[in-house]
Amino acid sequence: MLIRPSEITDKSVYLSRRQLIAGAAAAGLLPSALLADPLSNLGKSPFSTDEKPNSLKDITSYNNFYEFGLEKEDPSKYAPGRLKTRPWTINVDGECNKPGRVDIDGFLKESRLEERIYRHRCVEAWSMVIPWVGVPLSDFLKKFEPNSRAKYVSFTTLNDTSQMPGIRMLSSFSWPYREGLRIDEAMHPLTLLAVGIYGETLLPQNGAPIRLVVPWKYGFKSIKSIVAISFTETQPKTLWNQAASNEYGFYSNVNPSVDHPRWSQAKEHRIGEFGRRPTLMFNGYADQVASLYSGMDLVKYF
Amino acid sequence: MTGKWVRPLAHLACAIPLFWLAGEAALDLLGANPVEKGIRFLGDWALKFLILALAVTPVRRWTGWNILAGYRRMLGLWAFAYVVLHLFGYVVLDQYFDWQNIGHEIVKHKFITAGMAALTLLIPLAVTSTNGMIKRMGGRNWRRLHYAIYAAVPLAAVHYIWMVKAGIIQPLTYLAITLLLLLSRAVYARRQ
Repeated sequence: MLIRPSEITDKSVYLSRRQLIAGAAAAGLLPSALLADPLSNLGKSPFSTDEKPNSLKDITSYNNFYEFGLEKEDPSKYAPGRLKTRPWTINVDGECNKPGRVDIDGFLKESRLEERIYRHRCVEAWSMVIPWVGVPLSDFLKKFEPNSRAKYVSFTTLNDTSQMPGIRMLSSFSWPYREGLRIDEAMHPLTLLAVGIYGETLLPQNGAPIRLVVPWKYGFKSIKSIVAISFTETQPKTLWNQAASNEYGFYSNVNPSVDHPRWSQAKEHRIGEFGRRPTLMFNGYADQVASLYSGMDLVKYF
Repeated sequence: MTGKWVRPLAHLACAIPLFWLAGEAALDLLGANPVEKGIRFLGDWALKFLILALAVTPVRRWTGWNILAGYRRMLGLWAFAYVVLHLFGYVVLDQYFDWQNIGHEIVKHKFITAGMAALTLLIPLAVTSTNGMIKRMGGRNWRRLHYAIYAAVPLAAVHYIWMVKAGIIQPLTYLAITLLLLLSRAVYARRQ
């Protein structure tokens, strides 16, 4: 069960604390990008797990976002204060009838946000439970009226070396960060376009202001800080697949029986626990998503 | 450099990373994944000490500081201590004695294979590090056995290279230094 700060703290105290923090930020005591804004009227979802979510501190201080460096702490060190999340637009084009540009604030205003507590499994064999806030990706995509040639959806992360010091450090990578889904994966009700964590807006290190969450795939598929979405007829190129196609397949569904060349995928280290727990097929979402892959050789299409 | 206090002080210096790690652990500064952080920290220092031990003889030859020779064994044993702690971290804290999975990883994942091979090569060297063992084996045999270090250190560096998924500059630097040290020994041996 989730307890939001607003539920345990008197609202006036809570708001004045926010003002205090905002004042400190204005005075230059805190980088303003550290501030998250509360999101209101969140719906609950039957897709949420009842497992205990990781702490906000763990979620916001341990993750990969190579645009800000290679170490797990680098995104939380270097993204706040560097990543400018306003103004922010997402360009949507490709095989659709109504391509367009979406302003993030307009999107937030008109969207009915809901909370989705999902297991998150990194390809490096660690995992967390994260209370995301967002909208089903399908709700977002349908507005652009994808046509019959839209077989895949590709996503692109902001690619700005002035904000993202890690890009130059990894010059061998084919930036920008790109990811892709098959259209039925993108339209699946579990697939989320996330804008928040723990009832507040995403912090820069977690892919603010808007990112993908595909809970049955390894974490790198859940692309961060999205600036472009495109409907395509052919399977889109993705950054990790281009970097090492034998290690990172296009599908990258969580699968305990298909090892990564470097890591056994049979077990995972849940952050905050000792030892390792067994990894579940499709990260525990087999009931919802296994039918997407019926008849497919998941060793070949790893 | 001959004071009584030099050797204890050198030991203390070799233990600084351990104090550092213990302090970070006590103050909860190891982040969300303290096990991974600790294991990588210990592995990094194991490799650093291995390279330092390997550097003693070439540096002594270049500089003529023969006093260094007396610290070679110390550095080698400290390297082994960090290797053992690195292994314990993996077996106990990461895998929690899951021997089946550990066996699977040794066979299937080449970075674990390389690391275990390096570790295995180091065990007889640590066991035979005492004066008594040197006497018992005879200097020549002892030296022959300890040539295994020339394979163990590059293997440890390769273990690191194969472990990382991007950003191989640091592990490559370790391997480059190791190969340079081995090259200098080869050049010296040929000149003799």
